[in-house]
Amino acid sequence: MDFFFEVLIGGLLSGVMYSLVAIGFVLIYKASGVFNFAQGALVLFAALTFVSLVERGVAFWLAFGITMAAMLLLALGVERLVLRPLANRSHITLFMATLGLAYIIEGAAQALWGAQVHGLELGIEDVPLEVGGLFVSQFDLFAAGTAATLVLVLSLLFNKTRIGLSLRAVADDTLAAQAVGIRLPRVWTAVWAVAGLVALITGLLWGARLGVQFSLSLVVLKALPVLIIGGFSSVGGAIAGGLIVGASEKLAEIYVGPLVDGGIENWFPYILATLFLLVRPAGLFGERAIERV
Amino acid sequence: MTEVVAPTTRAETLLQLDGISLSFGGVKAITDISFAVARGEICALIGPNGAGKSSLLNVINGVYRPQVGSVTFDGEVRRHMRPHHAAQRGIARTFQNIALFKGMTVLDNVLTGRNLKRRSTWVEQALRIGRAEREDDEQRSRAEDVIEFLHIQPWRETVVGKLPYGLQKRVELARALAAEPTLLLLDEPMAGMNAAEKRDMSRFIVDINREYGTTVVLIEHDIGVVMGISDHVVVLDYGRKIADGPPEEVRRNAEVIAAYLGTRH
Repeated sequence: MDFFFEVLIGGLLSGVMYSLVAIGFVLIYKASGVFNFAQGALVLFAALTFVSLVERGVAFWLAFGITMAAMLLLALGVERLVLRPLANRSHITLFMATLGLAYIIEGAAQALWGAQVHGLELGIEDVPLEVGGLFVSQFDLFAAGTAATLVLVLSLLFNKTRIGLSLRAVADDTLAAQAVGIRLPRVWTAVWAVAGLVALITGLLWGARLGVQFSLSLVVLKALPVLIIGGFSSVGGAIAGGLIVGASEKLAEIYVGPLVDGGIENWFPYILATLFLLVRPAGLFGERAIERV
Repeated sequence: MTEVVAPTTRAETLLQLDGISLSFGGVKAITDISFAVARGEICALIGPNGAGKSSLLNVINGVYRPQVGSVTFDGEVRRHMRPHHAAQRGIARTFQNIALFKGMTVLDNVLTGRNLKRRSTWVEQALRIGRAEREDDEQRSRAEDVIEFLHIQPWRETVVGKLPYGLQKRVELARALAAEPTLLLLDEPMAGMNAAEKRDMSRFIVDINREYGTTVVLIEHDIGVVMGISDHVVVLDYGRKIADGPPEEVRRNAEVIAAYLGTRH
């Protein structure tokens, strides 16, 4: 039984890592109703900038600050050059724009800092820790703590301030949002900057585990089943979805894997997501689409 | 052009349009339109489909930027303004095709209308410190007042997308009214309504005008309604102004009759 719990907890904690990626998507989705294809590129850009600065001898926190400033500049640029000219266009138009943006940001990151693989050391050892008779990874606990803090801050921001209401308004109808006095440029810049911050934190944690390299922009693929299960428009849903994906893929690998010669961890979440699409298309916590016919 | 003299000398002018022309590429939507709206009046814009009525509203609240002409609102002359700036200056509006936030409840929709009335910073709001809490209560009670005024209390917690069309129109009016506007722009507030709903809506518009002193510019196709509630009617046809004056004068205007009923040439 101990072994079961160890697998479960390990799975849940690795799920937190997926949740972090998913939160970045949720932010942009909440503010524009668009799946931001460039989120992975943001993760890569942030991690690569940070690690390159550290390798050039910049202190940890200074590098963090500079990278954050770069993400803010990027957000300003995206709003000014991509989102503003496309204001009041359909969601699919914006989605296609993020697709193009993904290539530009990925390219820019590598043009600036090169395409080599960088190791990233956060000073937290990735070794098992014994908690109440179970072995848990110290790094995973740290990641979980970071995610919890992030979720706390974001939910305060979205549920208690007018920013939250403004975001939903902008996502629903940009024209009406402008007419009640909401400033689209500000809302979009703020959201992309916060998504940039989330990308930076995600990039650091994933980068420390996998190394900072191009494939970081592909971890976002794991966010898809998380979002489908949790719902695209809920930060809480991203957390729940991440935990479900993390726990179920590990448990499935251990207990179902041997029956089919293993290796199911990689595709199990997608099967799960497909089942969710059939039963609950809006996800666990997503806003259900309402339409009168 | 047989223009009827507008009663602009009667009261203080709130909104003045001077020589507005707007085109999209080669298509002329509005050609050289000028008229004035007095403070406290209900002004109706009428005209056949495609006459440029909605475009004109979009010019007034800054969605469209006219190529020629200027708009004077509350003493401030401008060539162009952004929609959020118009909202700050006290212009609220509703849309022809209902632009509500469909996933939100009626109350939340109305609360977005009070977006600009908030003074506390988002840090104060997040932590519920300082003026945030008091302000929150105040916003809520103001929103409830508007909801009560328009008789939509039974649906305050209902998600807007589930409401029938007529009620959605009323919620949109509530959201605009929540901003306590000086000027209210209504784009076909009664389109698609039955006679009883139209009567209710007309009464609400007149009540808003009388109780809050709000100046109203509305677009409407139902001539009976227009003649009944407006102080001033402006008639457009093919992007030009063909008449401007009190309803009883406009009703007798030959060009208006021609535009609406057609004439033998």
